[in-house]
Amino acid sequence: MISKKHIPLAATLAVFALLYAAASVSFEGFFSVRVFTNLLNDNAFLGLAAIGMTFVILSGGIDLSVGAMIGFTSIFIATMIQRYHVNPIVAIVAALAIGSLLGASMGCLIAWFKLPPFLATLAGMFFARGMGLIISMESIPIKSGFFKAIETFGYNFYPVTTIVFLAVVLIALYVAHFTKFGRGVYAVGGSEDSAMLMGLPVSRIKIMVYTLSGFCSALAGIVYTIYTTSGNATAGTTLEMDAIAAVVIGGTLLTGGVGYVAGTVVGILILGTIQTMITFEGTLSSWWTRIAIGGLLLLFIFLQRFIQTRAQGATRK
Amino acid sequence: MRRGAYRLAEEIKQIERDAGDAPLLEIRGVCKSFPGVKALENVDFTLKRGEIHSLMGENGAGKSTLIKILTGAYRRDTGQITIEGRRIDPHSPLEAQAIGISAVFQEVNLIPDLSIAENIYLGREPMAFGRIDWKRVHRGAEAAMRRLDLDIDVGQSVRSCSIAVQQLTAIARALDVDARVLVLDEPTSSLAAHEVEKLFAVMRKLRGEGFGIVFISHFLDQIYEISDRLTVLRNGKLVGVHAASDLPRLELISLMLGREISEVEETSAGETRKEEIKPFLKARGLSGGVVKKMDFEVRPGEVLGFAGLLGAGRTETAQMLFGIDRAASGTVEMDEEQVRTASPRRAIEKGIGFCPEDRRNAGIIPNLSVRENIVAALQARRGWLRRLSIKKQREISAEYIKMLSIATTDAEKPVAHLSGGNQQKVILARWLALQPRLLILDEPTRGIDVGAKAEIEKRIKELCGGGMSIIFISSELEEVVRDSHRVVVMREGSKIGELAGGDISLSSIIKLIAEKEV
Amino acid sequence: MMARIKSSKLIWPLLALIVLLALNGFFTPGFFHIEIKSGRFYGHIIDIMNQAAPVMLLSLGMTLVIATGGVDLSVGAVMAISGAVMALLTGKSGVFMPAGLLLTLILCVIAGTWNGLLVSAFDIQPIVATLILMVAGRGIAQLLTQGQILTFHDSSFAFIGSGSFAGLPFSVTVVLVWLAVTAVLSRATAIGMFVESIGDNTKASRYAGISVNTVKLFVYAFSGLCAGMAGLLVASGVNAADSNNAGLYYELDAILAVIVGGTAMSGGRFSLIGSMIGALIIQTLTTSIRAQNVPVEFALVVKAIVALAVFLLQSDAFNKMFAGRKAGV
Repeated sequence: MISKKHIPLAATLAVFALLYAAASVSFEGFFSVRVFTNLLNDNAFLGLAAIGMTFVILSGGIDLSVGAMIGFTSIFIATMIQRYHVNPIVAIVAALAIGSLLGASMGCLIAWFKLPPFLATLAGMFFARGMGLIISMESIPIKSGFFKAIETFGYNFYPVTTIVFLAVVLIALYVAHFTKFGRGVYAVGGSEDSAMLMGLPVSRIKIMVYTLSGFCSALAGIVYTIYTTSGNATAGTTLEMDAIAAVVIGGTLLTGGVGYVAGTVVGILILGTIQTMITFEGTLSSWWTRIAIGGLLLLFIFLQRFIQTRAQGATRK
Repeated sequence: MRRGAYRLAEEIKQIERDAGDAPLLEIRGVCKSFPGVKALENVDFTLKRGEIHSLMGENGAGKSTLIKILTGAYRRDTGQITIEGRRIDPHSPLEAQAIGISAVFQEVNLIPDLSIAENIYLGREPMAFGRIDWKRVHRGAEAAMRRLDLDIDVGQSVRSCSIAVQQLTAIARALDVDARVLVLDEPTSSLAAHEVEKLFAVMRKLRGEGFGIVFISHFLDQIYEISDRLTVLRNGKLVGVHAASDLPRLELISLMLGREISEVEETSAGETRKEEIKPFLKARGLSGGVVKKMDFEVRPGEVLGFAGLLGAGRTETAQMLFGIDRAASGTVEMDEEQVRTASPRRAIEKGIGFCPEDRRNAGIIPNLSVRENIVAALQARRGWLRRLSIKKQREISAEYIKMLSIATTDAEKPVAHLSGGNQQKVILARWLALQPRLLILDEPTRGIDVGAKAEIEKRIKELCGGGMSIIFISSELEEVVRDSHRVVVMREGSKIGELAGGDISLSSIIKLIAEKEV
Repeated sequence: MMARIKSSKLIWPLLALIVLLALNGFFTPGFFHIEIKSGRFYGHIIDIMNQAAPVMLLSLGMTLVIATGGVDLSVGAVMAISGAVMALLTGKSGVFMPAGLLLTLILCVIAGTWNGLLVSAFDIQPIVATLILMVAGRGIAQLLTQGQILTFHDSSFAFIGSGSFAGLPFSVTVVLVWLAVTAVLSRATAIGMFVESIGDNTKASRYAGISVNTVKLFVYAFSGLCAGMAGLLVASGVNAADSNNAGLYYELDAILAVIVGGTAMSGGRFSLIGSMIGALIIQTLTTSIRAQNVPVEFALVVKAIVALAVFLLQSDAFNKMFAGRKAGV
């Protein structure tokens, strides 16, 4: 018998298994290493953003700025490399620093001034998107040796973007389950008052969560840039919604406190599978992805609602 | 005068008792005021090592304020607190915990979706090689729970445990952070009998180990079973400190409710004539939550008092009648016809009004004007389409501002700017504007000044003269005695007696409450 | 009277708008210049009003939603649906224009009601509940137009977005009429008071007998209707339904307009006029930045800063800190 808190995760896995099985049966060649590898490669940047988002949602917040952050990072790196001939590594480090800083600033607004996360990150989103567009409206292709090398490495061995994603997943698993900070995130999302009374540094945890999300979305922006070998300020438009959807479909409660990084990975795989199925089908168009995501969101939100009401009913006794 | 002498004698006894044994915790002359209310006035409290000391008092007596000062949630205005002779001044619950004072509340402050082990170690996890050493967390948690004679799987989530285990988890955490003083605030109110026994066994064990425990409960049987000494507070003042074995139950209740049994009896002015009038509302076997099988009737034009100690189920009964909580079983009849009050809206349609106990969260609509607060229920009953014109709204609010002498410069002022007593009158006006047949007043005089109290009582009497019926709930037993025509006495969710007319007196009610179950 | 003036927060947004316009007048020559060509006014001010119209419509519904303590993220997606449906009905299938309008708007009310049901009957947080339609709605719109920009021309429909009335763009008339309708609906009935009461203290409102769920259902349905109208306005202005971009990020502008207009995100007192001013402030910002030969995108950054300033001013913690510092000095 699985415990109640594992139901959403089990449901996620079941949905993924069903979808993948259905796709493998319907489409020839779907059940192959190549398709699966591409599944990860095509969604690595979304996955990275969703990992950061997982921590934010676990802490009981939300981060609307991740999509805009990807756009900003992408155009920032491209401009640095192409226009100012900055060393790609320096550009990447700078981008990560900026992402973390923006995340930290939003975290401060949320922790210190008690701004609703929704509003603070909304402002962050406008800011990041605006800054990105100010840098350049046009997309800038990157012709750097470094990026070429990364690409060739990907062809010969394994896509770098996927490696980065998997590495971050491992780190995130460690942070979530084996560090005080990680457990603190769960505690703050579970009950902020109790966490405060138990002596956890609630404000610091919140600020760190948004910093982490800022870092992850900057990293997602870098991966996106590598993936497309170009900078584009409008990259990642409405991607925050997909990231939120992946987290929720991955079994994390939107109210915070319950969920798994591993669930988010499965959530990403589900979104990717739907997209790939639609590509395979050929006659179906991309908008079906959005509709399907919406439907899954609805399903999982109802599931969460149902579990919550039952849990509350149980404790009230 | 008698009481003063009595208290002095107590204090001398106290000093003698303490002589050989310096107290673990000592509170001297603590005062705390909130705008308009003196919550604590010059309160003393001592806790010895290896003692279970119960803090007694009704709603508003100052128990929770004292606990909050002790645990750092509030700052005291004056007075001093010492622990083992050292002066302390906790600014936050965290500081209090560091000093060695931990509290476990009825609503357990744990993270429900994390495991027992994690809750015990949260924020203090043992680390090894840069990662949390989960093995040590589990072993440590198991040991901590075994210390409380509990052998359970510490990996299960707190949410999936019974409240009793949750309480014990919180205690285990407190002990693990080196608490010396343990405050247990109503820990037993959601526990079953055998769980209470379990908790008491743990408490006795800790007492044996030299911990000081401050215990709060509204179950008198439990108080007598477990406590060594009792400190009784009333209206923010210390009324007495007694050894539990020296204080008969009847005397304890009179101390809590503020009258000594031998003092002049105040009896109800109610007329017995009301007995002849037929009741229009009959509740039969109303059960739900703590309430068990409540029967009562309301007659037109009478004040029906609900008397009982904290936790007796008075508010819960009223909330069921008003459709806030759903009754698990039982029926309500109005005019010989069964009615279902599934929501406040339905109850209002049936002519019932309800002034809630929690004025701030359930009563006033703070940023709306006095006028809007007064007409809210009336407008709600008329529906959205038939809006009362501003002119009409002004007339109504002016009428009630005058009638209840609500002190406000302007009916357009946000109601949050008014004093507590005037806010209460605004809510009263909201219901009077509906001209209900039955108005339930739950602690209408709580937290308001003496003048306003007297006025509200006067108003209650007038209203009944006009034919409206009132269910009156108050922790001020004297008010209930003074104003009620009949009184339903409750204890631990059940009705244990009903008094009418001349039979209503403080001593008769106190005797009923104090009576042991037969 | 004093209380009224004091409680009126309209003065701040109004002042902000005036300052903004004045700055524009100073920096942009001919900013206030209005030309009359063939019985129609032209000029920056007119443009601002015309371009602000869709957000103004949205913010009318959003004001009521936010006043109940909620939020509606789906309005942008509903706008896209509305344009797409209209393009299919009247543009493609040749349905009689008023009938097409009516059907489209009914559909949008249904979409709003769906949000309302999730929020009220199922008690799901508004952000989460409306997120579903926000994600799926755009997909539905794209499905309807097969991802393409559906151009269509119906002269009577085109009039809504590009016609003029009394010398002003017809969209201004639409906004004014709808403002009047909303004002009457909320203030001449008791709905406005119920909405404010629920946003201020839901529990007390329920105890006073207000049917909280019905009111919530209504405001979300109404927000859906407003979004539908805004979508039609946009579609009619360009004679096309662009499911990919129509209404994109409009929900954020609408929320911003409401908050800048003085309605608190936590709910309670609301001001429709305030939200109108808020929408104008946002549009003026965008327009004036464009007039300065600065990239239009700079407007986003400015919006972010304005939003933050307003959010902070509304935040208790910030005010306390500020007040504390003032008292301390």
